[in-house]
Amino acid sequence: MKDQLYKYLLLLGDNSMILGHRLSELCGHGPNLETDIALTNISLDLFGQVRSYFKYAATLKEGETEDSIAFLRFERDYYNTILVEQPNKDFAHVIVRQFLFDAYHKPLLEQLMNSKDETISAIAHKSIKESKYHLRFSSEWVKRLGDGTEISHQKTQNAFNTLMPYIEELFIETPLELAMKNEGIGADLNLVKASFDKTMSDVLPSANIETSDIKLRKTNGKSGFHSEYLGFILTELQYMQRAYPDMSW
Amino acid sequence: MVGLLENITDENLKAELLKITDPEIPVLTVFDLGVIRKINVVDKHVNIDITPTYSGCPAMDTISMDLKVAIESLGYTANINLVLAPAWTTDWISEEGKKKLEEYGIAAPLTESLDKRALIDGEPIVKCPNCSSTNTKLVSQFGSTACKALFKCNDCLEPFDYFKCLK
Ligand SMILES: [Zn+2]
Repeated sequence: MKDQLYKYLLLLGDNSMILGHRLSELCGHGPNLETDIALTNISLDLFGQVRSYFKYAATLKEGETEDSIAFLRFERDYYNTILVEQPNKDFAHVIVRQFLFDAYHKPLLEQLMNSKDETISAIAHKSIKESKYHLRFSSEWVKRLGDGTEISHQKTQNAFNTLMPYIEELFIETPLELAMKNEGIGADLNLVKASFDKTMSDVLPSANIETSDIKLRKTNGKSGFHSEYLGFILTELQYMQRAYPDMSW
Repeated sequence: MVGLLENITDENLKAELLKITDPEIPVLTVFDLGVIRKINVVDKHVNIDITPTYSGCPAMDTISMDLKVAIESLGYTANINLVLAPAWTTDWISEEGKKKLEEYGIAAPLTESLDKRALIDGEPIVKCPNCSSTNTKLVSQFGSTACKALFKCNDCLEPFDYFKCLK
């Protein structure tokens, strides 16, 4: 049970961590100052949430710390979904990836607010407030880009075509998630899915985006099977800790 | 929030604690900001519970360190605990603190429903801290720190920060 809870915290934290890293890559590279600041602010919120999850996880396993959990795992021991690994191909991809994640993350946190585990519930109560702002930001941009110029529309539709296939695994319960749900600790992904679908039907028509023909893909990042991208992310993310073990500044 | 200090008999300690401010908004003491949840002094040991404003707020580490240094400089030992529940809300910023924010040039948080109207529907409600006009416009939902949004005044043309309502 303790082992399962530990792994579940990593699963919750890893999505925020890898997406937070992707967004941090944009620091100083956003399309304009306001958007640059917004995306790095979202990144900071996500890293803050990760710290809470990993700090808690470290109390459950002898010898681990917040930092060792973040930096010293191998690729197969990360449980984030494939969606958040996807690169910052263009601004439309950045926004659409964020939108799909926020539409999943907000109802997930709403569920976790009722978790029987007090710490998870406290982290969710804290994070939900931030997540609402993120979803507001990303859905406004999806509408603006999707319903904007011919080019912005085409780029946004392309981003949905590329990224939408990865949403399937968000809602497929792994044995770990099932066990956590049954304990009253984890979220019910069917309810998360219902809320996700509602966000899609609220936002996509006014963004002029069509997703009904997009075929979903079977991926399983949550069990540690990743795309090639994660290896490259970890190479950069872990470099300092691997080169100078236990360094700090 | 200053009520937290009532049980402290050492006036020097009280004075030192009241000097600790938010490193990013130095006019606000940590008591104005409402992040101090509990203070317990037993003999020469001080126990303080603080709660973060935003999850990733880097100011929290600085505030914890500042508290520790201030307390230890008076010969006490200090223990600063970060507590997550109940989650901080902008309602915990004191009235005094809101006044200081305005004077500092940051528009103070509105109520939840007004905040939504200002940030989503773009209704001109947020008051310019420079000229008091409400003819203002949202530039970006995210500002220079996690807790702020960026606005611009249509009358005096000054850009300014708005402290977002967090509930
Ligand atoms: Zn003005």
